[in-house]
Amino acid sequence: MPTFVYMTRCDGCGHCVDICPSDIMHIDKTYRRAVNIEPNFCWECYSCVKACPQNAIDVRGYADFAPLGHSVRVLREEEKGTISWKIKFRDGREKNFVSPITTQPWGEKIPRLADMDVPSEEDHNSQLLCHEPDALNVETGLPVIDKSKFKQGVYY
Amino acid sequence: MGKINTVFEECDILVVGGGMGGTGAAYEARYWGRDLKIVVAEKANIDRSGAVAQGLYAINCYMGMQWDENQPEDHVRYARNDLMGMVREDLAYDMARHVDSTVHKFEEWGLPMMRDPETGRYQREGKWQIMIHGESYKPIVAEAARKSADKIYNRIMITHLLMDENKPNRVGGAVGFNVRTGDFHIFKAKAVIVGAGGASHIFKPRSVGEGMGRTWYAPWSSASAYALPIQAGAKMTQMENRIVLCRFKDGYGPVGAYFLHLKTYTQNAYGEEYESKWYDHTKALVGEYIDHHPTPTCLRNHAFIEETKAGRGPIYMVTKEAFQDPHKETVGWENFLGMTVSQAVVWASQDIDPKYINPELTTSEPYVMGSHATCSGAWASGPEDISPDEYYWGYNRMMTVDGLFGAGDALGGTAHAFSSGSFTEGRLAAKAAVKYLKDYKNEDIKISEKQTEDLKQIIYKPMEHYETYRNEIVAGTVSPSYILPIHGLQRLEKIMDEYAGGISVNYMTNEPLLKRGLELLGILQEDLESVGAEDLHQLQRAWELKHRAIASESVVHHTLFRQETRWPGYYYRGDHMQLDDDNWHCLTLSRRDPESGEWTMEKAPVYHIVD
Repeated sequence: MPTFVYMTRCDGCGHCVDICPSDIMHIDKTYRRAVNIEPNFCWECYSCVKACPQNAIDVRGYADFAPLGHSVRVLREEEKGTISWKIKFRDGREKNFVSPITTQPWGEKIPRLADMDVPSEEDHNSQLLCHEPDALNVETGLPVIDKSKFKQGVYY
Repeated sequence: MGKINTVFEECDILVVGGGMGGTGAAYEARYWGRDLKIVVAEKANIDRSGAVAQGLYAINCYMGMQWDENQPEDHVRYARNDLMGMVREDLAYDMARHVDSTVHKFEEWGLPMMRDPETGRYQREGKWQIMIHGESYKPIVAEAARKSADKIYNRIMITHLLMDENKPNRVGGAVGFNVRTGDFHIFKAKAVIVGAGGASHIFKPRSVGEGMGRTWYAPWSSASAYALPIQAGAKMTQMENRIVLCRFKDGYGPVGAYFLHLKTYTQNAYGEEYESKWYDHTKALVGEYIDHHPTPTCLRNHAFIEETKAGRGPIYMVTKEAFQDPHKETVGWENFLGMTVSQAVVWASQDIDPKYINPELTTSEPYVMGSHATCSGAWASGPEDISPDEYYWGYNRMMTVDGLFGAGDALGGTAHAFSSGSFTEGRLAAKAAVKYLKDYKNEDIKISEKQTEDLKQIIYKPMEHYETYRNEIVAGTVSPSYILPIHGLQRLEKIMDEYAGGISVNYMTNEPLLKRGLELLGILQEDLESVGAEDLHQLQRAWELKHRAIASESVVHHTLFRQETRWPGYYYRGDHMQLDDDNWHCLTLSRRDPESGEWTMEKAPVYHIVD
């Protein structure tokens, strides 16, 4: 199915509705809680699961090939900069994994390009992009190739 | 339907689609265009949109020029070899020479890169891939776009590009609707960068019913990357070059890290190595291409498909040895959790622990996209300094429509760009778009009310049509007057599957099949005039379907045009089973006349810019 929502945990906040890339998490008009309206367009991408403040959303694998009894739970903690997974097999075995999700405070190291020095006319007409050539980390600058050596439609 | 509000936005650069290509474009545009108004229109929410919504566990395109690991020439050779000779080498080289600066910035912004403990360099998975903890890859690049753009509109489905009425063949913006409010959105723009997604769900997927969403490429990749330029009359290239993926069964979990880093390998049902068995057979089809290293992706697929057809499936990935190493076991699982959680779900549900059981592999249904081991997309200009005349018309990454640029899946000929390369292409397109705007700053764009009003009628027609005929029937989904988007989608998938080389025919097609497929697609197009949408969500599905249908037509025309089997393992022309370098060592181009809907095909030369 993909994702489903536990009735007693969901408070209808709509974070999942806001984030779902497939536009399938909607607020049910009767229950005022989230529901996956189109399970067959769910990628099991877990965007909604990760975004839910109540941990109310879970995944039950696609019915056409995933037997019942498993679970893959996730906890994404932005402040800690980690994501934790708990995999439970149908036969009860468990596996746990933790990975970093960022090495920097959110967004702080991303520059506002509007604040950088204005590029020169020469820069505009060059092949260089913003941050280049410095960010290439090579002393020889941006590579280029001699046009006169091209071969047209040849077998190589 | 009630009254529809119109929201008008005038800007200099409109970025359609906020995935990897679109975020790269929005970010870079600000650097070069300080006083320009830069706007992004995204179908979902840029924090989790596009193919990287779920995250990635590797960046598959990084040269490592700083350590002399690879040079752009090497990338060109690699992409060319993998695509059986057919790529735009100028575009590939250009992306490759810039991609390292993109990746270095990603690391600076906080993307966790794994490092080789001995060398201190980025941890290589294979020659091209570097390993990352990329769960938050997309939120990180989204933040970069947000810091540059004047405005980001989430939940806008762009349906059509607008055309300038002052100058023929020049773009003038785009229109679409807000999938939540239903508002009609008009974006008047002097330049448009299409960063929209490629196409899943144009061929019938292996998983059906509830599981039909578990396609390899995201179900929200609805071919807008192609439909938007095609509708505007832009030339497309290599649309026949669909891709079939060899992946773990059902979840479509990736195999790259398994093959390259974990050193797992495949065998048939009886524990035998099988690829070498098909060497002579493959050589008879493609000649010496089978001797290239690494073996092209399609040819490895070919051996898989033939071995399975011969009755020796399933094919297994031998994981039991590698997974005895706890570090490798962790990498194996985290690889899925970082980008294809579904595979972990499948294995947990079926009690498949790869430490004790070798999991099955499968070959997927075909996809049309432009950034993986395939290169469908729009025909675009290359950079001035390295592009031959036939490939250069003034502005890097500009399509054959003036002012219309592309990045990521939208660009044809640029295989193996992946996430980092798509972002880089967005940056390149943005710089060129700013140059275009400077050159034409005194020319005004004219968009008449008639143009936008006509499109408004077309856009909302599925909802009106539904409303008109809904009460003709008591209830349910069966109507003699309309089909629902899911009906149209399933018909499209069936046509493409059976006539254009999908899974049910082992990727086989021929001229009679393709011609019949075109007839059926033509009838489908007529029926899509009668698609009904119950609500705004279904209106989005209706437009995704229309985009997929028009892209599919392009795929079939291209497949018909190329009278050879260039990529066995991706698809076969049963009437032309040989690779034919004498006649088809070239790129294919198409154009659909926006007025008549007629398609014309032509060949374009392949330039080999490196040996």
